Amino acid sequence: MRIQEDYAVQMRGITKRFGTFTALDSVDIDIKRGTIHSILGENGAGKTTLMSILYGLLNADEGEIYINGKKVDVKNPNVAIEHGIGMVHQHFMLVENFTIAQNIILGMEETKGFGVIDIDKANKKILDIIEKYGLEVDPNAVIEEVSVGMQQKVEIIKALYRGADILILDEPTAVLTPQEIEELLNIMHKLVDDGKTVIIITHKLKEIKQSAEKCTILRRGKYIDTVDVANVSEEELANLMVGRAVNLVVDKSPAKFGDVVFEIDDLYVKNEKDLYAVKGLNLKIRRGEILGIAGVDGNGQKELVEAITNLRPTDKGEIKINGKEIQNTSPKNVIENKVATIHEDRQKVGLVLDFTVAENVILESFNKPEYSKRGIILKDKAVKKAKELIKKFDIRPDDCENLPVKGLSGGNQQKVIIARELENNPDLLIAVQPTRGLDVGAIEYIHKTLVQERDKGKAILLISFELDEIMNLSDTIAVIYDGAIVDTFEQGTIDERTIGLLMAGGKVNG
Amino acid sequence: MDRVSKILRSQFTFAVIAIFIGFLVAALVLGATGYNPLEVYSILFKGMFSKPRYIMNIIIKASPIILTGISFAFALRVGLFNIGVEGQYIVGTIAAAVVGILFDFPSYIQFPLVLLAGTLAGGLYGAISGLLKAKRGIHEVITGIMFNWIAFYAGNYIVNLERFHEPGTTTTYQINASGLDPIYNWKMSEAGLEVIRNNEFIREVIGKTSANIGIIIAIIVALTIHFILKNTTIGYELRAVGMNKHASEAAGINVAKNTIQTFLIAGAIAGLSGALSITGVSHRLFELMAQENYGFNGLSVALMAGGSPIGCIFAGLLFAGLTYGGGTIQLEIGAPSEIIDILIGTIVFCMALVSLIPLIINKINQRGGKKDVK
Repeated sequence: MRIQEDYAVQMRGITKRFGTFTALDSVDIDIKRGTIHSILGENGAGKTTLMSILYGLLNADEGEIYINGKKVDVKNPNVAIEHGIGMVHQHFMLVENFTIAQNIILGMEETKGFGVIDIDKANKKILDIIEKYGLEVDPNAVIEEVSVGMQQKVEIIKALYRGADILILDEPTAVLTPQEIEELLNIMHKLVDDGKTVIIITHKLKEIKQSAEKCTILRRGKYIDTVDVANVSEEELANLMVGRAVNLVVDKSPAKFGDVVFEIDDLYVKNEKDLYAVKGLNLKIRRGEILGIAGVDGNGQKELVEAITNLRPTDKGEIKINGKEIQNTSPKNVIENKVATIHEDRQKVGLVLDFTVAENVILESFNKPEYSKRGIILKDKAVKKAKELIKKFDIRPDDCENLPVKGLSGGNQQKVIIARELENNPDLLIAVQPTRGLDVGAIEYIHKTLVQERDKGKAILLISFELDEIMNLSDTIAVIYDGAIVDTFEQGTIDERTIGLLMAGGKVNG
Repeated sequence: MDRVSKILRSQFTFAVIAIFIGFLVAALVLGATGYNPLEVYSILFKGMFSKPRYIMNIIIKASPIILTGISFAFALRVGLFNIGVEGQYIVGTIAAAVVGILFDFPSYIQFPLVLLAGTLAGGLYGAISGLLKAKRGIHEVITGIMFNWIAFYAGNYIVNLERFHEPGTTTTYQINASGLDPIYNWKMSEAGLEVIRNNEFIREVIGKTSANIGIIIAIIVALTIHFILKNTTIGYELRAVGMNKHASEAAGINVAKNTIQTFLIAGAIAGLSGALSITGVSHRLFELMAQENYGFNGLSVALMAGGSPIGCIFAGLLFAGLTYGGGTIQLEIGAPSEIIDILIGTIVFCMALVSLIPLIINKINQRGGKKDVK
């Protein structure tokens, strides 16, 4: 395609290498002004790298960038901002104890002279933006006290305040409730109506269908296709992204419930600030049941998991596995009572990254006679077990037993954790955000594994901020809000909207 | 490129480069202040190697700092900064001197007993820091520094107690001969004196020095700690905690217990070092005007060794060699012996930069890329 003025962004032959690894291989992209354009790809496909090059965070090894038909050398973000590009990162870059207004003007403060900030002038400009695009925020609220959805709006206002005409959103919906997602989509449409261009990086097919006109698909650093979103189905998009046919819906036979294995009764847990994060929570999980906890991040999920795994003391209430109380004992006791946990932060809590795969495999069992004798670690046994699990769980590369686990991809790291946790033959498996940041292939695998374990008669506690994941996998859905389970539903008796409402603290009539 | 990266990444290569840069920087300073660096270095090396006795003296000086180095390196592996190594060393000397003076068992009991006393005292002293960290979350650097001074003044207090103080001196009595180093006791025996009279080499390296078994124990400790870290369940736990406390805790490892255990072992090694100084070199406890720095020098040794217990053996010898040889340059041509501090400081600094080198290599490999984005 020729370089034309009605295209906000055109990138030509962009190549980026990291050492011997080619992250982007001669990628072209054309983004029409005044449209929502999505970039789809698995993790590591190069979506973020491509946009980081456009925003000047990275410099391409080869290739050219045209903004509004003019060739621009985007050396650094300042050049990008000058040309009206704004980027909202996946991880927000906000000062926690500043107000929203202070965060927005940070680095671009209007002054009355002598370095005195003209907050009124700034506020007016901010309010203009808020009104124009329906970005409902209170400029005087402090960041740490507002929700994640609100923080994201602040990031968008921040970019607009800096005069952005082209807005890049990196995985914007990852942390939002369904209602917040809807609101974001509305905002995006308003921006486009005003002539702005929105680029959205995502791997969520549904949202692409709902918002974008065009979708560019990248796979392993290569340009695959740009399609008119209206003409393709979600399945077709998924297949283009992965390069093979994918099963989007989890195959699952009806659940066969057994006895209650795990029970929480009137649990109270405090957070770091010494406030109750879990207040009077009740829960029951049976054998052969996947119980999914739906909720927005920060409603006590973290404290709940830490209380069950004994990484945090409880104040009141009982946690029982097979009828035995385990609260306020030790993590070791919990593991010995057949509770296995896939923690949310796999790199911080799940693995010792500098340890080899074999060393990580025995992290919970190195003291057992299988892996040590008279205080000496039996390395051969650990390596043998690692090899066995690598084969069983298809961990790649398939000869990684003696490599540090930090060299593995996110999906394979997660498989190492799952392999280790299932090795203990648990009665209860806790999976917290088990597919966070993973690509479609790995997600498919992990979902299948969880269902298999359910079918083996294990109780599974699934905690996820992705409502789709909860809806897809759970036999029972419990909604958590403000530290307590507000309601529990059998699968199929409830729709996403109602759950979304409950997640946000709303009430369901009737 | 890959091959070059690999060679550059090896710890040993780093050490060699660091030492080279150390000599280079010191040479520049010497040159700038009007001394011929080559002349200074030739005198330095003569002061280190020209006589077997010099080499023996270096070994004697190296032994305690190898041990304190291992103590520090061991804790560092578990992610703890054992700056209290100085105090643990001092407590080791105190306990060894006290036990050495109070008791007088046969030599084969007394000598191990004195060493054991120092080891235990150092270990327990260290464990207090561990306990405070594990139970109350008090940072080990704070307690370590305070405990260093408590040990320092406790030592001076003990020296001045009537039971221990030798009148007319600033020291305690000598510890009972049964508790002294076997090499020293052999040297003083009939048979030993006979050999020393007749064999010039032995006279030179043992007769005229404070030769002791410290270096042998230091090497054994280095190998043992290396083995523990590498092959045992204790070492596995300690490394896991050092590399990722959170994952270790979640996996059922008792982090608090490990913290205390680490300080117990690190303190014990430092205490052993102190006890060996009493039995092998000083034979008595001195009233100190300032901290002797055996612990702090161990810190430099551990950093020069890149945290490796076996590396501490070589780093300790290098450190001792340079400081010992450094004395001669002042005597011979009046160049300040502080130049050795600059040299060692530069080496430590370069070793600390070691962790940056792979990053720099990556950066070069990235050819101007700013950061690694998935």
